[in-house]
Amino acid sequence: MILAAAANQPTLEDFGNDVWWIVLIKVVGVFVVLVLLTLFAIVFERKVVARMQQRIGPNRVGPRGYLQSLADGLKLAFKEDIMPAMADKPVYFLAPVLATVPAFLAFSVIPLGPVVSIFGQQTPLQLTDAPIGVLIVLACSAMGIYGIVLGGWASGSTYPLLGSLRSAAQMISYEIAMGLSIVAVFLYAGSMSTSEIVAAQADGNEVSFFGLEFTGPSWYAVLLPVSFVIYAIAVVGETNRAPFDLPEAESELVGGFHTEYSSLKFALFFLAEYINMVTVSALAATLFLGGWRAPWPISIWDGANSGWWPLLWFFLKVVAALFVFIWLRGTLPRLRYDQFMRFGWKVLVPVAFAWILAVATMRAVAREANLSTGQVALFVGVPIALLVIAGLLLASRASNRDTRLAAREAAAGSNHPTEPEVLPPPGPRRRPGGPSRAEGGFPIPPMDLAVPPSPRLHRRDAVAPEGAVVGTGRRSTATIEEDVDD
Amino acid sequence: MNDVVIGTGEAVVFWVLGPISLAGALGMVLSRNAVHSALWLINTMLALGVFYVVQEAPFLGAVQIIVYTGAIMILFLFVLMLVGRDSSDSVVETLRGQRVAAIVLGLGFAGLVGAGIARATQDLPVAGLAAVQGAETSNIEAIAGLLYSRYLLAFEVTGALLITAAVGALVLTHVEREAGERRTQKELSRARFLTGRAQTLPGPGVYARANSVAAPGLLPDGRLAEDSFATGIEPQEVEQMPRPAGRAQLGSPDAALGTLDPAPSDVPGGREGGDHR
Repeated sequence: MILAAAANQPTLEDFGNDVWWIVLIKVVGVFVVLVLLTLFAIVFERKVVARMQQRIGPNRVGPRGYLQSLADGLKLAFKEDIMPAMADKPVYFLAPVLATVPAFLAFSVIPLGPVVSIFGQQTPLQLTDAPIGVLIVLACSAMGIYGIVLGGWASGSTYPLLGSLRSAAQMISYEIAMGLSIVAVFLYAGSMSTSEIVAAQADGNEVSFFGLEFTGPSWYAVLLPVSFVIYAIAVVGETNRAPFDLPEAESELVGGFHTEYSSLKFALFFLAEYINMVTVSALAATLFLGGWRAPWPISIWDGANSGWWPLLWFFLKVVAALFVFIWLRGTLPRLRYDQFMRFGWKVLVPVAFAWILAVATMRAVAREANLSTGQVALFVGVPIALLVIAGLLLASRASNRDTRLAAREAAAGSNHPTEPEVLPPPGPRRRPGGPSRAEGGFPIPPMDLAVPPSPRLHRRDAVAPEGAVVGTGRRSTATIEEDVDD
Repeated sequence: MNDVVIGTGEAVVFWVLGPISLAGALGMVLSRNAVHSALWLINTMLALGVFYVVQEAPFLGAVQIIVYTGAIMILFLFVLMLVGRDSSDSVVETLRGQRVAAIVLGLGFAGLVGAGIARATQDLPVAGLAAVQGAETSNIEAIAGLLYSRYLLAFEVTGALLITAAVGALVLTHVEREAGERRTQKELSRARFLTGRAQTLPGPGVYARANSVAAPGLLPDGRLAEDSFATGIEPQEVEQMPRPAGRAQLGSPDAALGTLDPAPSDVPGGREGGDHR
């Protein structure tokens, strides 16, 4: 793809020539940005989830509660640091560090803006870049797994070990899907460097549609929607966020891999999780949402993509992606582990493979037939997308057929008994004429608070009690089976 | 012809990471705990990855870290963690003189290989990366070009080998099941609702004043819930607090706090009734 890149668009030659104090400023800047974004993300998450649950959320510390996570962080640092007796001490100490360092490292290749002037020095707003830029992020996320896995193992306790085993399997599976989803972007951009991928999304696609000339979007989220969806799902699994937070499923594993951790070590795990969230959001913005470049209505203004303004667009995109993370957490229940792994291996990975095959084929065909990216998207992509969506609609309708028919029959007054025989018959609560004054109604509290005899008591008398020996047969009274996976 | 120039940065990286990677290799051999061994090996692999990057093979370095350190060693760890934490290697020598022989043979092998490589590369002309792959093409493009033209057959045969191994592992571990052999979640849930108890069994201690497994749950009328008796443990009945039944026994909340008045009221509840609702 030939690009008419603007003068302030950094190329790979622009990196590695900075003065040492510029590098220092950038390193400190990335560190500060990540820590501040973590503090912001925690309070933002708590407030957004609270709104979604009809609550207010933190509102005590600082203006409107925005310093809550700072207070929590300080509190966490001063708490007692407990070393479990069964812990493997060096590994237990090393694990949180191993989780945190790669998380910080991964952000170094994220482009935050164009070439700007810092104290008279022309330098791109990006710590560094390499021909393999995106692979550095992948490598860092691969290293980050070690922190979680080793933390769970070194705790010397059952639940953390189970959590770390889960996270090892989960993060490897979803890393494959994540890596595959990015391949199509590499094919389109013709590069693995983050700054060049942003440059490749710079100019819109000129499309002529039956004589009508217009400029289509060039974000890869639009051109490669399947990649974007797979990436979005895979990174939620990769960062252990709800609904894929199985390594720390609190209803099953107490705290998961960090059950035994406390104080600063726990804080490091916490920090790593949120930094990973920020990093994958930033990578999503870079790879799929045009990076630091302004979105369409703003990009009409000439100055939108120069100077320090792009920082604003970039962080707006990152915060929007963070909001989606939080939204998912507030909406979706946690998946069962086997369903989760099946989804990763049997849905995401095959779809990603088929999509790469289709994209590579279309690239080859387009090169032979001299078609532009916009033409391919408009005349091939849009019809196929419509076909696929129609097929999915039909398939979902077909799979819901039984339920739909049953609902229609029920509405027409079907002969199926809707009252299951195991439920008790309507008792005095359902007496016609409404509740009596003694029972209480909506405005009146109940007046007689005598405990009614339990309905279970009658049943228990009918069934002979098991006798004095109670040590056995707890599970033998009813034919209750565990919900095991089929 | 031998005009290799090693930059300062590269030399510094080499002399810092060389000992580290060697220490990792030694630690891998010498540590007793299998997981510690794996960690030392990861250390060495990471150092090697950085070496690749420093020697202008960034793609190889990234792949080394992603594939070997990130995926393969995690799978190693996965297995090792299941072995158990306390399973250290035995220090008892089962074969007499085995350790000495192993050290001597290992040193001899290292010497042979090192000498062989040193002799083979002694007067090798140094071409440089730019001369081999062309100054314009990047390292990634050069690797891709070679991989998909000259080494295509080897590449595909390796892929076929790996796929065969993966499919073979799947086939060997696969358990064939007849349809309907195991009941689905829906069938299980229907079966449960047709029994007398649709809900789960009460957990021990949930309604009691203790959270021990031995403390059985209580029914609303105070009897023990037999469903909650734990298997194999004699149920321990927890001492109950006297059950207050009404205001007369409870007293008013204020009275429960005590009074500063030296002459306590003889009315149960501390005060005359009626001023509290």
